[in-house]
Amino acid sequence: MEREPAGTEEPGPPGRRRRREGRTRTVRSNLLPPPGAEDPAAGAAKGERRRRRRCAQHLADNRLKTTKYTLLSFLPKNLFEQFHRPANVYFVFIALLNFVPAVNAFQPGLALAPVLFILAITAFRDLWEDYSRHRSDHKINHLGCLVFSREEKKYVNRFWKEIHVGDFVRLRCNEIFPADILLLSSSDPDGLCHIETANLDGETNLKRRQVVRGFSELVSEFNPLTFTSVIECEKPNNDLSRFRGCIIHDNGKKAGLYKENLLLRGCTLRNTDAVVGIVIYAGHETKALLNNSGPRYKRSKLERQMNCDVLWCVLLLVCMSLFSAVGHGLWIWRYQEKKSLFHVPKSDGSSLSPVTAAVYSFLTMIIVLQVLIPISLYVSIEIVKACQVYFINQDMQLYDEETDSQLQCRALNITEDLGQIQYIFSDKTGTLTENKMVFRRCTVSGVEYSHDANAQRLARYQEADSEEEEVVPRRGSASQRGSIGSHQSVRMVHRTQSTKSHRRTGSRAEAKRASMLSKHTAFSSPMEKDITPDPKLLEKVSECDKSLAVVRHREHPLAHLSPELSDVFDFFIALTICNTVVVTSPDQPRTKVRVRFELKSPVKTIEDFLRRFTPSCLTSGCSSIGSLATNKSNHKLGSSFLSTPSSDGMLLRLEERLGQPTSAIASNGYSSQADNWASELAQEQESERELRYEAESPDEAALVYAARAYNCVLVERLHDQVSVELPHLGRLTFELLHTLGFDSIRKRMSVVIRHPLTDEINVYTKGADSVVMDLLQPCSSVDARGRHQKKIRSKTQNYLNLYAAEGLRTLCIAKRVLSKEEYACWLQSHLEAESSLENSEELLFQSAIRLETNLHLLGATGIEDRLQDGVPETISKLRQAGLQIWVLTGDKQETAVNIAYACKLLDHDEEVITLNATSQEACAALLDQCLHYVHSRGLQRAPEKTKGKVSMRFSSLCPPSTSTASGRSPSLVIDGRSLAYALEKNLEDKFLFLAKQCRSVLCCRSTPLQKSMVVKLVRSKLKAMTLAIGDGANDVSMIQVADVGVGISGQEGMQEMLREMTATETLASHAHTVFRMGIFLPCCVPCILRREDKPYTRSASPVTGIPLRLKAVMASDFAVPKFRYLERLLILHGHWCYSRLANMVLYFFYKNTMFVGLLFWFQFFCGFSASAMIDQWYLIFFNLLFSSLPPLVTGVLDRDVPANVLLTNPQLYKSGQNMEEYRPRTFWFNMADATFQSLVCFSIPYLAYYDSNVDLFTWGTPIVTIALLTFLLHLGIETKTWTWLNWITCGFSVLLFFTVALIYNASCATCYPPSNPYWTMQALLGDPVFYLTCLMTPVAALLPRLFFRSLQGSIFPTQLQLARQLTRKSPRRCNAPKETFAQGHLPKDSGTEHSSGRTVKTSVPLSQPSWHTQQPVCSLEASGEPSTVDMSMPLREHTLLEGLSAPAPMSSAPGEAVLRSPGGCPEESKVRAASTGRVTPLSSLFSLPTFSLLNWISSWSLVSRLGSILQFSRTEQLADGQAGCGLPVQPHSGRSGLQGPDHRLLMGASSRRSQ
Amino acid sequence: MAMNYNAKDEVDGGPPCAPGGSAKTRRPDNTAFKQQRLPAWQPILTAGTVLPIFFIIGLIFIPIGIGIFVTSNNIREIEGNVFMYYGLSNFYQNHRRYVKSRDDSQLNGDSSALLNPSKECEPYRRNEDKPIAPCGAIANSMFNDTLELFLIGNDSYPIPIALKKKGIAWWTDKNVKFRNPPGGDNLKERFKGTTKPVNWLKPVYMLDSDPDNNGFINEDFIVWMRTAALPTFRKLYRLIERKSDLHPTLPAGRYSLNVTYNYPVHYFDGRKRMILSTISWMGGKNPFLGIAYIAVGSISFLLGVVLLVINHKYRNSSNTADITI
Repeated sequence: MEREPAGTEEPGPPGRRRRREGRTRTVRSNLLPPPGAEDPAAGAAKGERRRRRRCAQHLADNRLKTTKYTLLSFLPKNLFEQFHRPANVYFVFIALLNFVPAVNAFQPGLALAPVLFILAITAFRDLWEDYSRHRSDHKINHLGCLVFSREEKKYVNRFWKEIHVGDFVRLRCNEIFPADILLLSSSDPDGLCHIETANLDGETNLKRRQVVRGFSELVSEFNPLTFTSVIECEKPNNDLSRFRGCIIHDNGKKAGLYKENLLLRGCTLRNTDAVVGIVIYAGHETKALLNNSGPRYKRSKLERQMNCDVLWCVLLLVCMSLFSAVGHGLWIWRYQEKKSLFHVPKSDGSSLSPVTAAVYSFLTMIIVLQVLIPISLYVSIEIVKACQVYFINQDMQLYDEETDSQLQCRALNITEDLGQIQYIFSDKTGTLTENKMVFRRCTVSGVEYSHDANAQRLARYQEADSEEEEVVPRRGSASQRGSIGSHQSVRMVHRTQSTKSHRRTGSRAEAKRASMLSKHTAFSSPMEKDITPDPKLLEKVSECDKSLAVVRHREHPLAHLSPELSDVFDFFIALTICNTVVVTSPDQPRTKVRVRFELKSPVKTIEDFLRRFTPSCLTSGCSSIGSLATNKSNHKLGSSFLSTPSSDGMLLRLEERLGQPTSAIASNGYSSQADNWASELAQEQESERELRYEAESPDEAALVYAARAYNCVLVERLHDQVSVELPHLGRLTFELLHTLGFDSIRKRMSVVIRHPLTDEINVYTKGADSVVMDLLQPCSSVDARGRHQKKIRSKTQNYLNLYAAEGLRTLCIAKRVLSKEEYACWLQSHLEAESSLENSEELLFQSAIRLETNLHLLGATGIEDRLQDGVPETISKLRQAGLQIWVLTGDKQETAVNIAYACKLLDHDEEVITLNATSQEACAALLDQCLHYVHSRGLQRAPEKTKGKVSMRFSSLCPPSTSTASGRSPSLVIDGRSLAYALEKNLEDKFLFLAKQCRSVLCCRSTPLQKSMVVKLVRSKLKAMTLAIGDGANDVSMIQVADVGVGISGQEGMQEMLREMTATETLASHAHTVFRMGIFLPCCVPCILRREDKPYTRSASPVTGIPLRLKAVMASDFAVPKFRYLERLLILHGHWCYSRLANMVLYFFYKNTMFVGLLFWFQFFCGFSASAMIDQWYLIFFNLLFSSLPPLVTGVLDRDVPANVLLTNPQLYKSGQNMEEYRPRTFWFNMADATFQSLVCFSIPYLAYYDSNVDLFTWGTPIVTIALLTFLLHLGIETKTWTWLNWITCGFSVLLFFTVALIYNASCATCYPPSNPYWTMQALLGDPVFYLTCLMTPVAALLPRLFFRSLQGSIFPTQLQLARQLTRKSPRRCNAPKETFAQGHLPKDSGTEHSSGRTVKTSVPLSQPSWHTQQPVCSLEASGEPSTVDMSMPLREHTLLEGLSAPAPMSSAPGEAVLRSPGGCPEESKVRAASTGRVTPLSSLFSLPTFSLLNWISSWSLVSRLGSILQFSRTEQLADGQAGCGLPVQPHSGRSGLQGPDHRLLMGASSRRSQ
Repeated sequence: MAMNYNAKDEVDGGPPCAPGGSAKTRRPDNTAFKQQRLPAWQPILTAGTVLPIFFIIGLIFIPIGIGIFVTSNNIREIEGNVFMYYGLSNFYQNHRRYVKSRDDSQLNGDSSALLNPSKECEPYRRNEDKPIAPCGAIANSMFNDTLELFLIGNDSYPIPIALKKKGIAWWTDKNVKFRNPPGGDNLKERFKGTTKPVNWLKPVYMLDSDPDNNGFINEDFIVWMRTAALPTFRKLYRLIERKSDLHPTLPAGRYSLNVTYNYPVHYFDGRKRMILSTISWMGGKNPFLGIAYIAVGSISFLLGVVLLVINHKYRNSSNTADITI
């Protein structure tokens, strides 16, 4: 029966099909004999083989093979890959040069050793990675799956890898799809199934897939043997959001295939018992795998700089070699004619001409001096970076308890870029905010419902996110609802349980998440679910409900309501159904027993429409088709209770339910009902109480939950119908005709439904206010109704503005009633669009636009999106670190500005330049004005100007204090349209110049493309290091353009429909999780960049509106759980990574130059003959063996400034931004020092052995030894922290050198020509001169550097050195944290870190002139804490200090206890206020450069009062931390009082480290 | 991806809640190493902290330097064994191709290498179709002057000074590295089939009459084969052993040096010297090391003083700088 075509589409013209042959794939059932095959009775094995052969011809099987190599291909392939690196080619070239006898410097084999070593290490790493991949492949390939076997005529278990295209696969609930499968049958009676795409894109919400049309009506189970249709579909491609094709049945009928028929590999089947499908794409042709590509490789800024310096080294090498060549030519020219005894002629006895000799010498010199190009540097950098990534991943404080995720480095080689960021581009929603959408308030029909109770409830959540707090609002709301219907409150109770119960069967992960994260996931948070309704509105809804229940039988029930009530009713209906929320019950896969209202829907053809919507049908409420359908469904369900036509039955049922007395419902629900619906209703209730809403976007869920709070409950959503339950009306089932999904250009979504009460066709639209307000039906101002409408609109607009100003996300809800004719007309074109194969997307878009006009405004909603924890603090810290933060958001300006204020991006006492222009010229003019203003700022405040449509406001909301007005830059707010103008070629420079002057920039209503353009502009024009952070698909482009892309990984289901558009084709990959497991599976690189020419690509599927979007995490280089982790990532790890790597790179340059210098100086004494006094073994292995480990350890572990100091002094970050550690100047200084050192290390042995009987290599060996010691000592000077690892590696290096030398020199008496170093080292060890030279030379070589470093440390210390010196002043700091750490990490530590950290941060302001910061003294206005002056006191005595600090580590959370701002103690705040007042004079006093201890003590009498006040507040705090604020405070006096602050600093330090 | 899913399940699938319990989380380990909290010594380089180092260096180096200087200067007294060197200037024994031009196997007495020397010896590998023994440019250019020292006594009859030929080469060279080829008793037999180096006057087996100092193990030859590091060098030629404790090895008087001139150096502007020297515990006379030590020590001391001044001057400002942090 499945041969019967369901669709009535005509098969396409044959010519057309042939033309598409090349682009399509044809899939047939494997169970059928192949076309034109031998007799079907062939043996099983033969059939199997044949099948394989056929598959092998052109279709990939399902074997996953991510390995790059096979055993055979490994060597050539790997070498080929490795030789793509210029460095490797260079070194191999050098090594091969050695095989040319005329120029060779070393033994050819030996010269190959280092490069072979490097190649081998890389090859080994590649091999290991490949093996890991192989193992994971193997595991995946051997997963089991039920495949229909032709031989056994049933489903048998097979491995994944044995699945072929054309196989029939049966999957059960919670199984993973092994390939891309076309859904042919589902256990769901509606032919639906639900899938979870978490493995693809991380979204855990369910997405719906439906059986191919024509198979959904199957009554009995699907039998693969009878499947004879041919499937034609696209060639495999990587577009996850698209699948087109058709299925051609035997009779030539054809049915279209769409994305929602396809089950993608890697997704998980949920809520459905079993499905059967045919494999369309297998293995590497699946969409999931096609989206895989290699991990991202970026060149970091430091590396670019380094490469530039490597080029300098190359130049230097060539110069040295040239110099040497010329010298050798001259030398030859001078001596060869003189029959010098030492002159060696060529083998034929003739002499080399000077020129030839020079050429040879040049090449040999390059070989000898090759070490100048640091071969080991590249390997070392890779190792160091790998370790840095490891350490970042391992940082406990970047671990997020809530989501059980830690920071992931997805790009392996740009860690040091984190330390050099200058601009941060941040998304707003989901990045700065939590992306937990909470319904906050709404306006309906021009009346505002402020939801005060709801606001209070939210405030309570704000205060404490604890379990106990949750009970309070719930009880309140439950009692409130009790009067309405007790089943509601019963449901509430159940719902509470449901948050703790398992979400889906068989998924323990989900169960854990549901319980552990109940207050954090977007779908289960009570904060989002339990909305307290506004009493007024609730009353109105209830009134609607009641009156509609009464008048429902009448002709036009809604007309009986007042317009306002009608709007209210429609508003809530729209909230409930205008979405794509999936209703699920977590316990069991749904068993649908409900009556199907109508089976064939959405309407697919005009005939269909005509049949269903003929006036007779509409008026009578039934039709022949309808009854036919119902009969069919009756048959299918085998239910006997429904004998009447469906619509009648529905009405009947509803009436009966309505007929029940309200009290009965209220008292005991439906169970007491004695009629024949009882069982069904009980079942309904059963399933209802476990209802969960799985939404594409949190906004949608928030609205559905809001509607539920008003007893308008979404109970069921099928692909063709939506059911809403109301207390009095009962269940209303809306026939869902179309869903016009959200897309980012329309910025709205609509549903087309048939209203069950009126039988009218309604369009409900929900979308951004800016769009929807323009689409409203023009209302005449003549009649009263029109005027009323106008008034409502303006009121609504006002409220919308108000909402936005409050930082709420606004949505407009509108409705349109379609007449039958209008609908028919639209449907015609829509169907054409749908069936169009060529550009159906474009046509569907047009079609949607045609429908969404003449809307009637119902109301608007305000949804709150709360700030994430610690965002203001983080922003303030990043600011102090000298980072410019730009927020690029798609939200409207008012919302964005408000959020910006909330997160302290904008400050109330700073000026805000708002740039709103409506034309190019206006924008240009505005920019000029702004620039002018910025230049002359401070002289006068520009008045607000309005020029026609152009408005420029210089609003300073709060008059800035005189001290800050001049010092502060203004902030810039620009909207999307102006941004588009400003980004034009002719204006971008001006815009950039203006933006550069601004403290922060806020771009509102910006598209993803604009976001990426802004980032690109800043990157290219300002040559600045940029970081983009975002969470959603709309940030992907920006994340990819920026130097460093950071994705927010914390939340699930972070995609939201109402988010601004996405300009990307969306892709996803599972690679991020695989990567987490240590398997370097390549991850996806979306094709956004090549899409640039086509900015608006809609990602929403035209059919379902469910876009499968890419998480920003996929495109990012780093994935952080929360925004606030950015602070630690940049300020701490970024700085460390940068400083470590910069110093290591410099050290390597130094090391190589110095080593090569030794050889070069020798050329002056050997006739520039490229001779070397250093044994070639030492020469070649020196870098690799003896001097490699210590710099590596330093490069990995060195902490130039301790973590707590870095975090409390974000200003230190600027050293990375300014490239202080590694700039051209440092490089050349470094090289000069290397030259000097090599000169010293050469000349001292030279002079010491001058005119002695020392032989060449006995003289060279001390030089190597000296070089090694010098390197180690040099490293010692540059190493800031000496851990035991440093000591061990340094000792090991020296030991290794001597051991190797001794062994080597004793190993063979006649080997290793030409040096033949037999017994050299042994002889040297008996020579006192050796020791004397080795002792003195390194000291002499390093004296200048040491002297310079100490001078620098004293006279002109850098900020970093100052910070280091600061830590020296508080030696106890190192011990305290260890003690607290020993007690283990408290679970809440990470949460409280920021609150407790605040005081610490303020306590160490780095604001004095020596720091050259432009930040104000107290940069944390946010916390309201006084900018403490405690730091101004030098630490002189430790006695009291110790006394005070001793008890602290004993308390359970010492850092917290001491540092938490008490708040509960009124006197203290007074005291603090008093101390604040004196901050400025005191600190300015201390910042005097001539200020000395003596002065300080003499001025003590003046400030002693203040000191005691300070001290008082400190001790108060201490006391408060330990025993509350009631403790008596011992009076301190004089200098002992000063210890308080210092002590507090110590504690600050310890608490930072202990967390 | 399936694996991915499983792993996720596994990771997340622990008992709910119980943070910090046995539940597997992705929480990183709290170890000092992983959290980068390894205890560390953190030296800070400022004038104040570094100046002791400079003073210590100065205080150590200056006495050492003085000691070395004194020792080195004492060498002038011709007491104990006196070493007789010949010195060559402008002789590039360290030239790359020169250094390579030898065959250590041949010198070690390897019979096959004897008759088939290494290619490195070209063009001094074969002469007149016979392998050269010892081959190579180094051997070919061996210093072959003969130096004799006479004490001109009162009777103006020169008394030859006994010059010891053995004991001038490294022990390992003489006994391990250099060996005559195996074979018959007669050295000539052993070197049969080879020819002398082009520049040599006599074959290698006729370098000395003493069989223990002939052939490849001739110490003059061995010393020459140790190529000098620098173009100006000296090589040990003979030993003048002290006969008794009572008399100086070389008593004051007039000496005459008899040079049998074979070795041309004026072609390459070279110079020949003869040096007589004793050695101390630290080798031959070389005042440089002592001076260098004194110099480095003094500089270090001076820098220390500078740092002291600086420290005194800038301590206060650096203190305030500290405070402002």
